[in-house]
Amino acid sequence: MTASICLKATAVDIKKSDRYLVKNVSMDVYSGELIGLIGPNGAGKSTLLGALAGIDEPTAGSIELSDTPIRNIPLQERATRIGWLEQLGTVHWPVSVERLVMLGRIPHLPAWGKVSEADHTAVEHALTVADCLSIRHQIVTTLSGGERSRVLLARALAAEPMLLFADEPVSALDLGHQLQTMQLLRDFATGDRAAVVVLHDLSLAARYCDKLYLMNAGEIAAHGEIASVLSNSNLEKVYGVSVISGCEQVPWIVPLERL
Amino acid sequence: MSHQRRLLMLVALVLILSLISLCLGQNWIDLRQVLTLPFTDPDSTTAVIVREIRLPRTLIAIVAGMSLGLSGAAMQGLLQNPLASPGLVGSASGAALGAVTALYFFSGAWHPQTVPLAGMLGALVTTALVYLMAGRDATVSTLILAGVAVNALAAAGLSLLLNLAPSPFAVRELVLWTLGDLSDRSLNDLWVMLPCSLAGWALLAGTGRSLDALTLGVRTANSMGINTYWISWRIFIAVSLCVGAAVATTGMIGFIGLVVPHLLRPLAQQQPGKLLPLSALGGAAMLLSADIGVRLIDLYTTLPVPLKVGVLTALVGAPFFLLLILKSRSNYLR
Repeated sequence: MTASICLKATAVDIKKSDRYLVKNVSMDVYSGELIGLIGPNGAGKSTLLGALAGIDEPTAGSIELSDTPIRNIPLQERATRIGWLEQLGTVHWPVSVERLVMLGRIPHLPAWGKVSEADHTAVEHALTVADCLSIRHQIVTTLSGGERSRVLLARALAAEPMLLFADEPVSALDLGHQLQTMQLLRDFATGDRAAVVVLHDLSLAARYCDKLYLMNAGEIAAHGEIASVLSNSNLEKVYGVSVISGCEQVPWIVPLERL
Repeated sequence: MSHQRRLLMLVALVLILSLISLCLGQNWIDLRQVLTLPFTDPDSTTAVIVREIRLPRTLIAIVAGMSLGLSGAAMQGLLQNPLASPGLVGSASGAALGAVTALYFFSGAWHPQTVPLAGMLGALVTTALVYLMAGRDATVSTLILAGVAVNALAAAGLSLLLNLAPSPFAVRELVLWTLGDLSDRSLNDLWVMLPCSLAGWALLAGTGRSLDALTLGVRTANSMGINTYWISWRIFIAVSLCVGAAVATTGMIGFIGLVVPHLLRPLAQQQPGKLLPLSALGGAAMLLSADIGVRLIDLYTTLPVPLKVGVLTALVGAPFFLLLILKSRSNYLR
C-alpha cells in the first residue's frame, strides 16, 4: 500500500513570552495512520496539537495539509477536514446529548441552511460508535466526566473529518470504554483518514498506534516504530521512571519506580 | 411545540400587548376607535392622542425591548455565561452620559431630539473607545474588560455632572432621566433610534450558529470553523449600537437583557442560536408589559410622581432573577 502524506509539519516552533513550548518539531502524518503523541505533563503535546489542527499559529515552521499551508485554508473548509477534540472539553449550556453531537455538523451546514438527511445520518453513526445511544436524551451537564468525554468524541466524529486530533480522549474513561475508544480511533484511521491522539497510557499506545512521537520539554525525544520509541532507555530519560514491559497477547508497560 | 410555533405565539403576545398599550392611558380608548379613527377622522383629539402619544410610546417600547432582549441573549451566548448582560459593553453608560450631558447643558431646548441624538453620539464614542482600547485581535475577555473600564469612565462622568449640577431640580431632572422612561416620546425619537437599532439587529441576525458552536468553548468553536475574533467584534458592535440607541431614547432600563434570555432559554432547548429571535420578541413583550404596568399604577394609585418603567423592571426583575438562579443553579455548578 502506498499511503500518501496528509499532514506535514516542518520545524515547528511555538514560543510564548520568550519560552519555547514546542521546539523544532517535524511530523509527517500518512493517511491510514493512528499516531500516538506521548510524553510527560508539560512536554508541549497539547500546544503542538493545537498548532497541527490549525487553531494556533506557530511562531516558526510550516504545517501543510495536502500541500496547502494549514492557516491558508478557509476556516470552514478546514473544519470539514480537520477535527479537534479538546482536552477536558467543557459544555457551557445544559443541552441534550443529541443536540450537542449535532453541533459537530456546523462546518457542513450551508449559510442559513437547514439540517439535512446526511447530517442526521452522521450524527446517528457518531452516537452509535461512541456508545452514546443510551444517553442520547440526557442533558450533557448532568453526565459523568467519562460519559461527557464520549459525547464530545461523538461530536468530533459527527463532523466526519479526514484528520482527527484527539487530546487525551481516554483519560477519564473506564477500562471497557478505553478499549472501545481506542478501537474506535483505530477503525477511524483507515483509508484516507488519519488520527493523532495524545495518550498517557503507554500500553494502549503500544497496542493500538502505528507510530509514536515521544515529546520531552517541547522537543521530539524519539519517534517512529513503537518498540524503538518505547525503549527502556527512552522512557527512563524522558519520564524518569524505570519500567517493566512485555508482550503476552498484547503489549504492556508498567512503571516500576522513580529514578 | 416547534420553534416556529413558539415564535408565532410570542409575536401574537407582542401584538396583543401593543394593542393594550395603544388603548391604555389617562383615558381608555376603545380598540375599535384605536384601529379606525386615525384613518376615518385623523384630526379628532382621540386620533391625535393615539398617533402622537401612544403609538410612539408603543413602538419605542417594542424596538427598545427587542434590542435589550436580543442583546442579552447574544452577550450570554458569546460569553457562555447566563449572568452576562448588554450593559457589559459600556455603550449603555456612554449613551446615558451623552444624553445627560445634553440635558445638563442644553436642557433639551435646542431641538426636541437633542437628548437622544447626544445619547447616540455617546454610545458611538464609547464603542470606538472600547475598540481602540481592546485592539483588533482582542479576545472576548479583553473586550469585556475594556467595556467595563469605559463603563466606569462614563459612570464617573455622570457623577461629575450630578456633582456640578447647579440646583437640586437639575439633579432631579438628570437622575430621573437615567431611570428609564417611555412617556412623552414622539415619532421623531423613534426615527433617531431606528437606524442604529436596525443595524445592530442585522449584525446579530447571522450569529446564531456561531453562538451555538461557542457552547463548546472558544477554542473548539474555532476548530469548528468559527472565526471567534470576528464574531466577538461583530456581537460587541451590534450590541453597542442597538443598546446605545435604546438607552439614548429611553434611559437605563435594566434586567430585561438579563431576565428575558434566562426565562426563554428552556423554550430554545438551551441553544443560544434559537434563543436570539425568541429573546428579541420576549424583550419586546416584557418592556411593553412593564410600560403597561407603570401606566396602570399611575391610573389606580396616587403616587406624587409617575413611576418610571426602568424602576419597575428593576423592582420585578431583580428578585425574579434571584429566584431563577436559585432554581437552576444546579445546572451551572458543574
